[in-house]
Amino acid sequence: MTVTQPETSGDVSKNTGKTGRTGKSAGKGPGASAAARRRRFDLRERPELVLVPGVFVVVVVLWEFALRPLGIDEYVLPRPSQIAAALQTQLSDPMFWTHFQVTLQEALVGYVIGVAAALLLGTAISQIRLVERTFMPYIVAFQTVPKVALAPLFVVWFGFGMTSKIVMAAVIAFFPMLVNVVEGLRSADADRIQMLKVFGAGRFQVFRMVRLPSALPFIFAGLDIGIVFAVLGAVVGEFIGAKEGLGYLLLQTNYNFDIAGMFAVLIVLSVVGLLAHMLIRLLQRKIAFWAEENQVIAS
Amino acid sequence: MAMKTLGRQPATAARQGADEDSWIEVADLRKVYTPRRSEPTTALQDIDFQVRRGEFISVVGPSGCGKTTLLKILAGLIPYGEGAVRVAGRDVDGPMPEIGMVFQEATLLPWRTILQNVMVPVEVQGLSRDAHRAQARKLLEMVGLDGFEEQYPSQLSGGMQQRAGICRALVHDPAVLLMDEPFGALDAMTREYMNVELLRIWQQSGQTIVLVTHSIPEAVFLSDRVIVLTPRPGRIAEVIDIEMDRPRELGAMSSDQAGVYVDRIRRYFNAAGVMD
Repeated sequence: MTVTQPETSGDVSKNTGKTGRTGKSAGKGPGASAAARRRRFDLRERPELVLVPGVFVVVVVLWEFALRPLGIDEYVLPRPSQIAAALQTQLSDPMFWTHFQVTLQEALVGYVIGVAAALLLGTAISQIRLVERTFMPYIVAFQTVPKVALAPLFVVWFGFGMTSKIVMAAVIAFFPMLVNVVEGLRSADADRIQMLKVFGAGRFQVFRMVRLPSALPFIFAGLDIGIVFAVLGAVVGEFIGAKEGLGYLLLQTNYNFDIAGMFAVLIVLSVVGLLAHMLIRLLQRKIAFWAEENQVIAS
Repeated sequence: MAMKTLGRQPATAARQGADEDSWIEVADLRKVYTPRRSEPTTALQDIDFQVRRGEFISVVGPSGCGKTTLLKILAGLIPYGEGAVRVAGRDVDGPMPEIGMVFQEATLLPWRTILQNVMVPVEVQGLSRDAHRAQARKLLEMVGLDGFEEQYPSQLSGGMQQRAGICRALVHDPAVLLMDEPFGALDAMTREYMNVELLRIWQQSGQTIVLVTHSIPEAVFLSDRVIVLTPRPGRIAEVIDIEMDRPRELGAMSSDQAGVYVDRIRRYFNAAGVMD
């Protein structure tokens, strides 16, 4: 597990000289935002604007027309057009939306529980030495357990309904969040804390005014990883034993050898993950606007 | 030069009780560090000096002579072993609102605007925000940062950030301003400019300033008196009165008069075999 230090506690004394920073910190003047806009649409600056969709088109076209000459069976790997048709069929089926809603609900409820628990425990661990000394060994030990392997156990304990999937989603979203909360709250710059102390700040003020804001980029990284993990947890839970949900649907399409249908479900799951990721990045840019982008905090 | 003061009478009882000639009083101070698993080291010994109210005093010495330790003791950040330390008539036994401090780095909070950063001591000490917001704006104007109140630190140059840091140290009208190598991270040009700025701010605000620096010319240019510390353990080698006229312009820094003081101080370090 590695945690990459984000650039928040870096050298604030040095002017980076950037004009086009994202978020609130971007230049307030019209000149600065115009420069940013120009940069955003300048293809020489951002060739990925063309390259990313380009790669997609090339892959889809190759996939569509190269399968038959290569002798690959459509039942094993359906063509994009077949997948698109299957996707359309699924999306127009009310049953599909029931499955969708179930998985989404399991993932979200589990996510909120897992993330909230991690916030509380992470805060306690980082602030109270006794809690850290007592619980850290257990957490480290539990961390090595492959959480997905617990899914059958949860189904036994909590049944075939939503509860077992919510527990699975919560457990799997909990750990990356916990690690990031603990690391984030510890990441606060010692000089900044000392500065507050000189002016007479107490422990809680130091926490509120320096530790928590310093931890925000880490917390968002945990939230980002957590949401993807929560969906994963819900789907895995449904694999083990469920009567509804996208994981259940995935298994059904698999039993029916409806590979195109499987792809359709996978696409929906990917889109859900992508949208959740984008939403969290958007919140991060609004709330933790001072942090540099592209900080990867892995767990 | 117009002597515009910031026009607020110090109100705390502590200040009224303090003697103007010993606004800061350090008597027989000794600080020993006792690290675990190694020999105790004496950082400061026989430190004995007084600072008049409104005086500008600098502490110079080679690296590791304990000058930053001395400043942290004055700020109430670290406990001292023996002796007595009084600031504005109060025994120092922890951080106190009578003190403002400027740090080596500006240490502004990147998630706060410049104005919000300057207001940090006001918030921490639970003072009236409305009353002090005007003071904060006034200080920012004084250091030429008017118009930058709503900007974030990353949008300012290092020198501008450090000036905001000075405003933050002054916003609650402290009795004493402590400065820990405040211009060490700046380039030479900005540094000289900031020295002139600091004198101007000091003339307007009338604070008692203790500045720690390892630039001897800077100490001579700015100060009424310079305390020269010896290498470890830090003792006072000499307290030198800088008898140069005020207000001082930048040219005073390279004057013959200043040169004599600089040589005199530098001799201590050369004799000790440590140049900084």
